[in-house]
Amino acid sequence: MIRDSIQGRAWKFGSNVSTDSIAPGRLISLRANPQEYAKHVLEDARPDFVQGVKADDFIVADRNFGCGSSREIAPIIIKLAGVGAVLSKSFGRIFYRNAINNGMLLIECDTDRIAEGDELVVDVKGRVIRKTGDPDFEMPFTLSEKEVKIINEGGLLNYIEKYNSLDI
Amino acid sequence: MGQTLVEKIISKNMGYPVKAGETVVVNVDFAALHDGSGPLLVRLMQERGYDKDPVFDPERVLFANEFGPESTKEVANEHALCRQYALGHGCHWEEGGTGHVHAHVYENFLKCGTVCIVGDSHTTVHGAYGCFATGCGSTDMVAVTRFGQTWIKVPETFRINVTGALPKGVYAKDIMLKLAGIIKSDQAIYKSLEFRGDTISSLSMEGRLTITSMGVDVGAKNAIMETDEHTREYLRKFGREEDYVEIRGDEDAAFERVIDIDAAALEPLVSKPHYVENVDLAKNCSREHVDLIYIGSCTNGRVEDLHVAAEILRGKKVARGTRLLVIPNSSYVFKECLRDGTLLTLAEAGAMIEAPNCGPCMGVHQGIPADNEVVVATQNRNFKGRMGNPTASIYLSSPATAAATALTGYITDPREVMA
Repeated sequence: MIRDSIQGRAWKFGSNVSTDSIAPGRLISLRANPQEYAKHVLEDARPDFVQGVKADDFIVADRNFGCGSSREIAPIIIKLAGVGAVLSKSFGRIFYRNAINNGMLLIECDTDRIAEGDELVVDVKGRVIRKTGDPDFEMPFTLSEKEVKIINEGGLLNYIEKYNSLDI
Repeated sequence: MGQTLVEKIISKNMGYPVKAGETVVVNVDFAALHDGSGPLLVRLMQERGYDKDPVFDPERVLFANEFGPESTKEVANEHALCRQYALGHGCHWEEGGTGHVHAHVYENFLKCGTVCIVGDSHTTVHGAYGCFATGCGSTDMVAVTRFGQTWIKVPETFRINVTGALPKGVYAKDIMLKLAGIIKSDQAIYKSLEFRGDTISSLSMEGRLTITSMGVDVGAKNAIMETDEHTREYLRKFGREEDYVEIRGDEDAAFERVIDIDAAALEPLVSKPHYVENVDLAKNCSREHVDLIYIGSCTNGRVEDLHVAAEILRGKKVARGTRLLVIPNSSYVFKECLRDGTLLTLAEAGAMIEAPNCGPCMGVHQGIPADNEVVVATQNRNFKGRMGNPTASIYLSSPATAAATALTGYITDPREVMA
């Protein structure tokens, strides 16, 4: 199920964070062991991230997060690291599908309005992002119907099993 | 009102006219996986108890390992997992060290004007056959492999008109790098790139495949071209002329954006570290000393690419202190370049040559750069860490620029060394 609300810290990233940065190819032998691979998530882009990330924290990127290869291990290890959602102005298309298919929440929004270390409350139900300690900050967002349907079932394969259909 | 090429192909697939923006469940004409997407697919099948079920049509499913011969036991075990599944389900099967997955697909199976889905981002390459072809991850491939279907939003189209004769020293790769400089890595996300114009018509199929392979690297869902005599001739080489279908574009289709590229005005280009969109003239980077050069990959490892490199390196030697790695990207390319002496010419110039595979492009196989080294590669991506070392700097170029750079040890505009 999509959670009603997620609260965590913002970790800022730049543009064009590729799946090579998220899940480096040089560690490909860890693919069979995602828990181990998750200890290296995004380490080439920002080494302090994996050391400090806590459950429900947010990745907040500029544009085109997850561009590049189709490796599905990229969203899988972001999820395993405990990330609550990824916020970006745009996403690489295959990464987007892979994330949703694994029940990982992605939100397209104007991430310039969020700073490193901001404490965010993502009100998923109300489709609005708020900041702890800044009552004036309110950023509405939308989610696609498909994203909601697939994440609500916990991923694509659950959805197909339940509805016996690929017509999302 | 006409249709874009992608609307034509998906309409034919669905049996009724579709328009950009509609979501449809397409029938997949050909599906493939490699040793990147295959192992997770097999594990997902096993976890869910689907692994004993048949695939939708074993004649339309290929598993191809890429990174061979296997270099570690972990890689060998992942390969074994895919091999066992593919053979057990009667699918097409190709061993590592015989080429990248896409070469197996377009050389042996792909028919013009069809829908092709592969568990690899560079699936956009198949659009050079007038196909709708896009990549996806392992979970989507579980559905494709079981049911032969996947959901797709029919994309809007950017029409890319390329006109004029390519000047000396300028190749298909430079056209694509030019486009990357114009639309960057994200403006075409979810879009179809429809390549038209007399430059595209005059390009060989190998050059066209270079362009479509990089569709994903400017963010696109797919890249697509008309088919013509070049397409038919290429299929004839593989004994498959019957798989040719003429696909023509409409002038009055609804294009979201039209981009014109004057090929005659192009000069040799490079993408500078660490982004494909970071495009500059090769001659502006001539002070950069280069440690490693890689000519190969699904973007630029075909016969013509190796011919261009061999012409530049014939009778000469790779600069001292610089190493050159050449990898033909399929068994067909390997055999052609063995027969005509191209590989001998390159080896005599000092090149290291590997069996057909993806090489160091994604940092998995042999040819990994040392710390802080500078690389010129004919592949499609130069992200930080892409080739297996996050301290290396990668420039992308055409095979001609790469070969010229191998001669001098510095990034070199190929016009400086071409006869």
